[in-house]
This record gives sequence, C-alpha cells and structure tokens, in this order.
Amino acid sequence: MIQGIGVTDFFIISTLMFFIGVYGFITRKNLITILIAIELILNAVAINFVIINKYLYPEGLHGQIFSIFIIAVAAAEVAIAIAIVIDFYRTNKSVNVDESEMMKY
Amino acid sequence: MGAQIMFYILATVIVVFSFLAVTSRKVMRATVYLLFVLLATAGLYFIIDYNFMAGIQLIVYAGGIVALIVFAVMLTEKIGDKIESPSNMQMILAGLISIAGAGVTISVLLGHDFKQSTQNIGQNVATIGENLLNYGKDGYVLPFEVVSILLLASMIAAIVVAKRKFEN
Repeated sequence: MIQGIGVTDFFIISTLMFFIGVYGFITRKNLITILIAIELILNAVAINFVIINKYLYPEGLHGQIFSIFIIAVAAAEVAIAIAIVIDFYRTNKSVNVDESEMMKY
Repeated sequence: MGAQIMFYILATVIVVFSFLAVTSRKVMRATVYLLFVLLATAGLYFIIDYNFMAGIQLIVYAGGIVALIVFAVMLTEKIGDKIESPSNMQMILAGLISIAGAGVTISVLLGHDFKQSTQNIGQNVATIGENLLNYGKDGYVLPFEVVSILLLASMIAAIVVAKRKFEN
C-alpha cells in the first residue's frame, strides 16, 4: 500500500497505456511495430489484473495467476507472430501490412 | 513519501515511453522504448510488494519477448531506415478514437467508488505454486495444463513456419 496513491491512479496509467497501444495499432504500417502496440495493450491488461488483486481482493491470488497466464499467452503469441513475419519477409522482401494480403494466395 | 515519488516517476516513464514506442519512426528505437515501458511496469509491481510478478515481468517480458522482437527487427529491417509515417488523416482519426476511448474510461473510473481493502497482505510465492497445481478450491491446474500445451504447440508452429522451404 502506498500512502496517497489509490487504485484509480494505477487504473489511469493502464488506461493511458492501453489507448496509446490502440493508437499505435491503428496508425502503424510495419508488422513489427504493430506487434509492439499489441504488447503494450496486453501489458496494460496484466497491470489491471495485478492491481485489482492487490487493492480490492488481497485475500486471493486470482489476479496474479491470471496475469501469469496473460504473460505466457503473450510469449506464445510473439513467437508465432515473429515466425510469420520472418516467413513473410522472405517471400516479400517487406514487412508492410498493405502487402500482407498476398498471404492468402 | 519516497514510494509516492517513485510511483509518479514510473507513471511518467510508462506514459512517455509508450507514446514514443508507437510514434518513433525507427523500429529498433521503438523496441527499446517498449523495453523501458516493460521495465517501469516491473517497477510498479515492485512498489506494491509483488516481487514474484515483477520477476516474471522482467524475465519473460523484458528478457524474452523484447529479445525476440530485437531478433525480428535485425532479420527484417535495415537498422537506421525510417519507416513511412502514417497519413495525417489516419493520425487524426486514430488520435480522436484513442482520446475518446481514454476519456470515457477515465471519467467512468473517476466516478466509480472502489471499495479498497484495508488489509495489507504480503505475497507468498509458495501459495501461488500450490494454487497453480491444485485442482480443488482456488485451483488452477486446468488452465495451467492448457497453457503448457499452448506453449508446446506454438513452439512447434514457430519452428515449422520459420523453416518453410521455397521453390524459387
């Protein structure tokens, strides 16, 4: 517990982080930078789970365990996404999303 | 008082570097800014005394995921090349959407009265481990096994996709 810092302050930080991630997800054209924006979004959600666990329901551990699962899923997602990006770069010599519609052929 | 100052420093680092991570036009720099955001998040976990979560954040996110992204950048980009910036229209629309969403969420958060718990329970790493392997009350053995199969499947899938042979 920090004196003078409530649960709302943490939520405001994670909200800002989430919507900055959404902004990046919409504006970016490069596949790797889109992946970075997705990481920001996932990290904001994990912060929320941990803070709710600490400040609202400290007698349980559910928030922390779900954060651990979020981190594991994020790691799996990044591994797959980077394999796809590298494969896409070898066929296309570019990592631009505008050209990624060729993946369906 | 010290923890309060530390909180504001970490908050500033998180917001500033997340913004830089999505606006920087050099991909490697964006990755490094993402690393700073993840480290500051681990700092947040440290100041609320959740040391195990902070450790996982440092090892898996700041250590593993950032290293993977750095490798992907090195394999696909010329370091120092600037990526094209989005059109003004797109930036304005995306900015409006993000600001509107953040505004709605923050106004709801400020209006809601959270019933904060007054008890300050420290963290016990052994309890987390027992809960993860427990199938009774508060047990998470099923999601634990599902995640382990997901990690195995994604590892195989990553190898298969990245090693694909080409005819031409």
